Amino acid sequence: MSLRTPLAEARGLGSAKEGVGHWWHQRLTAVALVPLTLWFGFSVALLGSADYYTVIDWVANPVNAVLLILLLAVGFWHGALGVKEVIEDYVAGEGKKLFLLLAVQLAAVVLALAGIFAVLRIALGV
Amino acid sequence: MAADRDRPLSPHLQIYRLPLNAVLSITHRITGLLLALGAVGVVTMLVAAASGSQVFQSFHAAATHWLGQIVLVGFTLALYYHLCAGIRHLVWDAGYGYELQTATRASWVVILGAIVLTVLTWLLAYSANGA
Repeated sequence: MSLRTPLAEARGLGSAKEGVGHWWHQRLTAVALVPLTLWFGFSVALLGSADYYTVIDWVANPVNAVLLILLLAVGFWHGALGVKEVIEDYVAGEGKKLFLLLAVQLAAVVLALAGIFAVLRIALGV
Repeated sequence: MAADRDRPLSPHLQIYRLPLNAVLSITHRITGLLLALGAVGVVTMLVAAASGSQVFQSFHAAATHWLGQIVLVGFTLALYYHLCAGIRHLVWDAGYGYELQTATRASWVVILGAIVLTVLTWLLAYSANGA
């Protein structure tokens, strides 16, 4: 016999068995990305036609390096959530859907890691 | 008999003219997907820079080509659009701005905001680079 009430067994089980976790993380990362986006948009324009040494100097700057790493981590988190939402909305077959969801998740982790590693390598000058 | 009733129809997307808010909504999704692609480009750029000047050279050549510059401007436009429309989504999440007139006005603010931010960014960048 269980002493748990039926409510305890149902709590947290939303449509995707994780409640509003996806929704909340998307909003949380969105808020974090507001200042990062403004900084990054200007940086893209500034470095749009910069040569190798200008880019290296810029990335090696501690402030830029930290902001870049934050952008990569939060951005790919937010991006993966968004792309997965689109897949869930438009892809019909369960098998195909699951495959794409896993592929997007994996790609986001690999790309974020690759980007962060590149920033660290430049910033630490190894 | 059933056909005589005045039932609501689902919009036929090739005929039905989407309201402004719907256009902004789907544009938010499309720019989101484009930014995901752009993020791959950003990582490519960083990895190229970390791999040395020779590897970076090919990236630099593509970025300074006029086509590359258009892609970069497009990327910032998508970025700022997604930012502005995203802020509006956060306002909606907080429970404000649902009146039709307010929503339409906010749509124009989002569109203008994205364009103004893009123009301002590139003007500042070009003047900072002394070009």
